[in-house]
Amino acid sequence: MTGGSTTGDDGATAPSSGPQEPRAPWALWEVFVRSSRGLSHVHAGSLHAPDAQMALRNARDLYTRRNEGVSLWVVPATSIVTSDPDAKDQFFESPQGKDYRHATYYTKSEGVKHL
Amino acid sequence: MTTTAIDAGSRVDEDTAGEQLFNELIAQDSRIEPRDWMPADYRKALTRQISQHAHSEIIGMQPEANWITRAPSLKRKAVLMAKVQDEAGHGLYLYSAAETLGTPRDKMTEDLIAGKARYSSIFNYPVLTWADIGAIGWLVDGAAICNQVPLCRASYGPYGRAMVRVCKEESFHQRQGFEILLELANGTPEQRAMAQDAVNRWYAPSLMMFGPPDEDSPNSQKSMEWKIKRFSNDELRSRFVGMIAEQVKALGLELPDKEIRYNEETGRWEHGPLDWNEFKEVLAGRGPCNAQRMERRREAHEDGAWVREAAAAYAEKQALKYAQAA
Repeated sequence: MTGGSTTGDDGATAPSSGPQEPRAPWALWEVFVRSSRGLSHVHAGSLHAPDAQMALRNARDLYTRRNEGVSLWVVPATSIVTSDPDAKDQFFESPQGKDYRHATYYTKSEGVKHL
Repeated sequence: MTTTAIDAGSRVDEDTAGEQLFNELIAQDSRIEPRDWMPADYRKALTRQISQHAHSEIIGMQPEANWITRAPSLKRKAVLMAKVQDEAGHGLYLYSAAETLGTPRDKMTEDLIAGKARYSSIFNYPVLTWADIGAIGWLVDGAAICNQVPLCRASYGPYGRAMVRVCKEESFHQRQGFEILLELANGTPEQRAMAQDAVNRWYAPSLMMFGPPDEDSPNSQKSMEWKIKRFSNDELRSRFVGMIAEQVKALGLELPDKEIRYNEETGRWEHGPLDWNEFKEVLAGRGPCNAQRMERRREAHEDGAWVREAAAAYAEKQALKYAQAA
């Protein structure tokens, strides 16, 4: 340092001590938006944030720039449990062949009003 | 030995079953979702395309952000800020989509900053006057919309969903640009000349945004087979030329291309020759603003380091407090 600054501040940037301990990357959060009262929250997308409050603020800036929402949920992506995509045939086979669970299965009443 | 052989065998079976389902889904024009089996090349091609697309949105903030302080009115400033903020949002939607393919977000940022990743060549051109902001909205965002609307139906679910969101927001970008040009075109002779000059400079670069001609675009064929792309570069470019050839009349300006014509036989719009050497030069990093854009991106990343660190430190401290209280 050659400057005569009494505070020791010569305007130079402090030598970087380098990254101390590499921090874990910010967590991934899934964002759900309720578009208006009376409707469910619907998945809108995801984002990264260091904590829940920041996730909420980022979600507001990212997913509701045009009044898309009146309420937000943010959920750590790691907290979501999903069904196994490879097992989907077995997992979802129960309703197959059970058309009788739908009103359209019952045709004999056709023409009868209010039914 | 035996176990390994069996394991390897069942993995081969899983791959075969996975590939079969993948092919069926593509044939049915259904969607592939993140946890589905997919060919390694499909994953690689998508990661490349989506991350480049994200980088383009992020770098694309720069040429316009430079004009926020110089926008001619408070309204124009507010509009331009909203647009630049949208571009940031689009970048983030796209990074999220790319991430579902397995590449961490930080890795993509690193690649961009290290100069290993590409972004759209269009953002390496300088924005010289206020009329350029109009021309960018009309031509650059117009070309982007033309390209992106079919991508809403891309076979990869997260990419398509990101594009739906992007396209909805993008149409305001194009209209505000058109309006800027329209006002200038109806202004003083100097303003009118400025508008025409901007259109002259942005016309060819915006046509080149669709990528090289079909015969020089080796990745296109595969991408169309996989239903990521739905139309070829030339097809989309021709469609865009047809649109702007009409729109320019409403502006009362001219496109700097005397060879634009509708070909009755092919049903396609044709345009004059484009300088593909210039395109290659810009893509190779030798465009007018490549170094400046990269430098600025690097600076922003470094300048923001303390914010990221502080936020992470705060989050850690809060989590610790919460854990101790529990």
